[in-house]
Amino acid sequence: MKPVFSVIFLTTLIGVGQGLFLALFTQQSYALFDLLPYQDAHFYGWGSLLALLFTMAGLAASFFHLGRPERAWRSAAQWRTSWLSREVIVLPAFMGMLFLYGAAHLSGLDPVLVTLPSGLGIHATVILGGIATILSFALFVSTGMIYACLRFLQEWNSPLTVINFILLGGASGFTLATLYAAMFAPTQIGFLGWWAIIITLLGLLGRGSSLWRNARLRPKSTMQTAIGIKHPRIVQTAQGAMGGSFNTREFFHGRSELFLSRMKVSFLLLAFALPLLLLTAGLSQPGAGVLGMAFILQYTGLVAERWFFFAEANHPQNYYYQKIS
Amino acid sequence: MTQLALVIDLNVCVGCHACVTSCKEWNTSGSAGPLYDENPYGADPTGTFFNRVQTFEVGQYPYTETVHFPKSCLHCEDPPCVPVCPTGASYKRKQDGIVLVDYDKCIGCKYCSWACPYGAREIDEKQKVMKKCTLCVDRIYDLSLAEIDRKPSCVKACPTSARLFGDIHDPESAVSKAIRENGGYALMPEWGTHPSNHYLPRRKTNLKIHEDELERVDNPLKVDGQLPKPGKNEPTLDDFS
Repeated sequence: MKPVFSVIFLTTLIGVGQGLFLALFTQQSYALFDLLPYQDAHFYGWGSLLALLFTMAGLAASFFHLGRPERAWRSAAQWRTSWLSREVIVLPAFMGMLFLYGAAHLSGLDPVLVTLPSGLGIHATVILGGIATILSFALFVSTGMIYACLRFLQEWNSPLTVINFILLGGASGFTLATLYAAMFAPTQIGFLGWWAIIITLLGLLGRGSSLWRNARLRPKSTMQTAIGIKHPRIVQTAQGAMGGSFNTREFFHGRSELFLSRMKVSFLLLAFALPLLLLTAGLSQPGAGVLGMAFILQYTGLVAERWFFFAEANHPQNYYYQKIS
Repeated sequence: MTQLALVIDLNVCVGCHACVTSCKEWNTSGSAGPLYDENPYGADPTGTFFNRVQTFEVGQYPYTETVHFPKSCLHCEDPPCVPVCPTGASYKRKQDGIVLVDYDKCIGCKYCSWACPYGAREIDEKQKVMKKCTLCVDRIYDLSLAEIDRKPSCVKACPTSARLFGDIHDPESAVSKAIRENGGYALMPEWGTHPSNHYLPRRKTNLKIHEDELERVDNPLKVDGQLPKPGKNEPTLDDFS
């Protein structure tokens, strides 16, 4: 498939937003049970608004993918069958909940809504955050399933696709949360940083597994099933168009194998190896510079990872478009 | 239930592209607006087509065959492009099984084209909506046309009658018969899309004639050649013919 930059930025940016929110809410959940010190409301509030900015940037990027952006509202219609439609519904819902969560923290309107039998008071932000957490995971699943549900794109048609969207979004979000903590709540660097390292390692494991799986895939479609003629040697001599067509532009990445393998090495370094090193360094000697570098490199690496995610998927329609006569 | 479809006979397709030009002409002139072409006479022409004729070489020289292979939307019975559409612009008609795009609802997200293993959908670079073969839905039901003309444009244009059109769910239709009797097959059956369009394979007509069948044993014409020659009063060739 041809990597689409609007979708690359959409998926990576909302991934950061979701991950950052999950990091903040994880910290708040720990604090709820007195496992960590409760932070100032501004820490959660401004942090979730920063996450909202990332999701807004992602949403803005997605419009560049549409031929008719003015009709985008129609895309919420088919949520019964289409994962894309589900994403279109869940993304604004998550953004709305993120806004409420941040606003409740910043405005101080955070009353205790429920008191548990143990005497633990559940604040409004905990409930809002809980709903936003569910929506965040629903969004990860919807985004991943857009790709994973296409059964003949065998590289994508795997649970690993959804798992990796969750892990890679989470990793970048927790790394950003570590940087955010370095600037505004230095006591929390350790907690968030270690989670960032763990999720980045899990992401490496997940992405590594999908690379391993995809390298061993046997395409179900062949030239023989494509045109229904049984012969070991079938070569296209003309694809029916002298110039290119939509079919030659949309489904080929147009790069060499060498470029692809370099891209793979780059994203493994940028998204996993270097951020892990920098995070470890940032934990021993906390500094916004090192952690900022970790986030920037990891985000760049994830853009490369998403580029590769598209490029490595082989669409069976390509059997019909191999040669311009 | 009706399922309209094309049956394409690869045995007689000569690769003349008449179906391509006829399709383009009809569908670029319709009320849905033109099928946009970019630089049609320039160095790098590209455009929107519903139907293309591709050519494949099968086998190793000198035992090769050139197969001309027309390809358009196959109007799958279980179309993977329909459920993925977020707006409902892509739909399959209940009454005749034609898969269509509502150009007024399409947002041009191209997701349906990703979900089609056959590459049957193309985006119109000017209208920015997804387009595909309509089986000439604006033609086959047009009562102002003579009944013989109520067929898809490509079918009407084919000089070798390589394209048949009809209801594949009606066992008595010409298309069902052609599929049944001539080994009609579907493309990429492995994905369970159940394409409605079928292809008829190349066929070689061989007739085995044995040596003794070349001569009729009781051929009366042979009478004159018999030895020893019959007498003058015996019957001659003229008495038989």
